Amino acid sequence: MSTAVTWVALVVAGAVCFALKLAGHLVPEHWLAKPRVARTAALVTVALLSALVAVQAATTGRALVADARLPALAVAAVALALKAPFVVVVVLAAVTAAVLRALGMP
Amino acid sequence: MARVTRPDDDARRVAVRQAVSVSVATGLYGVSFGALSVAAGLSVPQTVALSLLMFSGGSQFAFVGVLGAGGAAGAAIATAGLLGVRNGLYGPQVSPLLHARGWRRPVAAHLTIDESTAVATAQPDPAAGRVGFWWTGVGVFVMWNAFTLAGALVGNALGDPRRYGLDAAAAAAFLALVWPRVTGPGARVAQLVSAGAVLVALAVTPFVPAGVPVLLAAIVAIVAGMLVRPPDAATADADPDAAGSDGAAPRTDPPGGTA
Repeated sequence: MSTAVTWVALVVAGAVCFALKLAGHLVPEHWLAKPRVARTAALVTVALLSALVAVQAATTGRALVADARLPALAVAAVALALKAPFVVVVVLAAVTAAVLRALGMP
Repeated sequence: MARVTRPDDDARRVAVRQAVSVSVATGLYGVSFGALSVAAGLSVPQTVALSLLMFSGGSQFAFVGVLGAGGAAGAAIATAGLLGVRNGLYGPQVSPLLHARGWRRPVAAHLTIDESTAVATAQPDPAAGRVGFWWTGVGVFVMWNAFTLAGALVGNALGDPRRYGLDAAAAAAFLALVWPRVTGPGARVAQLVSAGAVLVALAVTPFVPAGVPVLLAAIVAIVAGMLVRPPDAATADADPDAAGSDGAAPRTDPPGGTA
């Protein structure tokens, strides 16, 4: 993707995110306060983030791939279960994958 | 809620203290965003601009994640936008505290994120909530952007992202973002949606362009949101203050960020 397209995409995406925030301050409260709207939005967040975990950890292009990212993700999960801070989780995953690759894992 | 002997001063001091600790924790994870954004192929100026303009961790990680995986601009915008919907739902929770008018209103909107909403709504009175919102919003904004720049410069210096495991770090970052939403009591529906989203995303990956699997996974959530009615919904309907208890509660992105 060209630099120009990336710039346009990030400005548009930024504008969309800002518009959503502003809408929350402007639209009538009772509309957004509906439990079904709030619950669905929370579940959409869960679904998107979960799908992003899967795509980042187990795909390359259109191929399903099992490589050093999977054990790194497992280490991250253990760190999260032990209530490690965000930065520690991310660094542990990176170090795990880097070490496994240095040892020859794809 | 905390018992307060001298409502004004004590409550405000507590709000400021929470705001500072959340800002520091969130700012530090800006480093990982900066590094991962550069690893995904964005330039340092693009990475910095994204933190300034979008200012929402989940949406930003998703945006660079989709682009980094080879997804189209439209898919990246749609994914970031869908993850930004929850910020829109925070508006009705914080705007009654703020009474922001004129130029303060768009500023307040831009600062309406997981962290500022969590701190604002956790305070025992509106005045402290207002203090908590502004201190957290401005504090996180400053730290997030400063550390994004630092992370982008580090990521730029590292070079090949795979060699340093930065591709695995991106997956771990998303796991950390979703973790507080799928653990703890009452998260069973979220767990099922999470598992369904993973299955859908992986199942369609060989057949659709990059970025689309993530969007298709969102359909799982929309269907679940329409069909499922958790047992606590009745109380959430009755009590406006409990609006956050039905699963849409603001979560701080870094686990444990809000003490």
